[in-house]
Amino acid sequence: MVNANPELTYNSKIEGDIVVTKVDAAINWVRNNSMWPMPMGLACCAIELMAVAASRFDIARFGAEVMRFSPRQADCMIVAGTVTYKMAPVVRRIYDQMAEPKWVIAMGACASSGGMYRSYATLQGVDRIVPVDVYVSGCPPRPEALLDALMKLQAKVKKERSLSKLLSA
Amino acid sequence: MTTDVEITTAVSQQFPSATPRASLDCPAFNVPAAEAIALLQNLRDAQGYDFLMDVTAIDWSAEKSPRFTVVWHLYSSTKHTYVRVAADCPSDTDPTMPTATGLWAGANWHERETYDMLGIKFTGHPDLRRILMWDAYPYFPLRKDFPLAGLPTELSDPEITEEIKTGVISAPMAGGPFVATPGEPMSEAEPRAKDEAWNEKNEKPE
Repeated sequence: MVNANPELTYNSKIEGDIVVTKVDAAINWVRNNSMWPMPMGLACCAIELMAVAASRFDIARFGAEVMRFSPRQADCMIVAGTVTYKMAPVVRRIYDQMAEPKWVIAMGACASSGGMYRSYATLQGVDRIVPVDVYVSGCPPRPEALLDALMKLQAKVKKERSLSKLLSA
Repeated sequence: MTTDVEITTAVSQQFPSATPRASLDCPAFNVPAAEAIALLQNLRDAQGYDFLMDVTAIDWSAEKSPRFTVVWHLYSSTKHTYVRVAADCPSDTDPTMPTATGLWAGANWHERETYDMLGIKFTGHPDLRRILMWDAYPYFPLRKDFPLAGLPTELSDPEITEEIKTGVISAPMAGGPFVATPGEPMSEAEPRAKDEAWNEKNEKPE
């Protein structure tokens, strides 16, 4: 039987059974790497969102592959598409139903600003009804752009003071 | 295949009140609102126009009378030709038109859309509700006196309105409207700000 070389592997006699870190760093590390999206697919951007989840781009590499269609189990709402005024209260209600902590990515021109739909029927940017963390340009954005947005969001989450937020909540 | 002339003579013989309507493509007829359904039924049963392609309406603007015209497009799945029927609504302020849902079940949603966008009430319709905008929406957006940017109004959900403290606002139209211009090359004709003399800061010159 072959044994692992104890000189090269984790040696509990030297290291002890302790990992030293900050609570914020530990919480943020957990949140960062399991950011389950709520796919708010409302228009053609949702097709790119599906591409992000599929094998070529594979959002699973960032721990965000678990698309939850129940807002109770989701962390990050990806608003992918044109939000009409008829849909706007529904988007807000789903956002309200998500458990804290929660984040929002506005994917594409329509979700960010109304896009080319400058008309009576279209909400001129989803930030009028929900707080947005990351805006993604494009019509629709490339899947890489959404991955970049997710990485930006993760960088933002890494800097959050999670513990004091938890204690003050 | 029935020619355009044949269908025109057949209609004008049976419906003397129906007059030919100016058309660049298929045969078209103007008909009084009271006879519209009878003509549609005749086209369906006797002439083979068995498929209702579209029901829509025209708003000729508030100054014109008659203001509203309802238009039906029919298609024959055996002759592979189209025919168009148009009828003016009798009233300019409370436009009504008899429903075609008795002839084609598919007219149901077309008429709901026409009601939603232009406010034409189809008498006898089994379920005349809005179909695109929400039920309490107060305007008819495709009427000529309705601005493209929209008019401020409440959202459909009072609970959410209380939460987010905002409703429907007029879309910013600076430099707009953002519509394609006909007759230009594709690269030039695309919707974009065409009049940049005015924007959010500078008022639109009168």
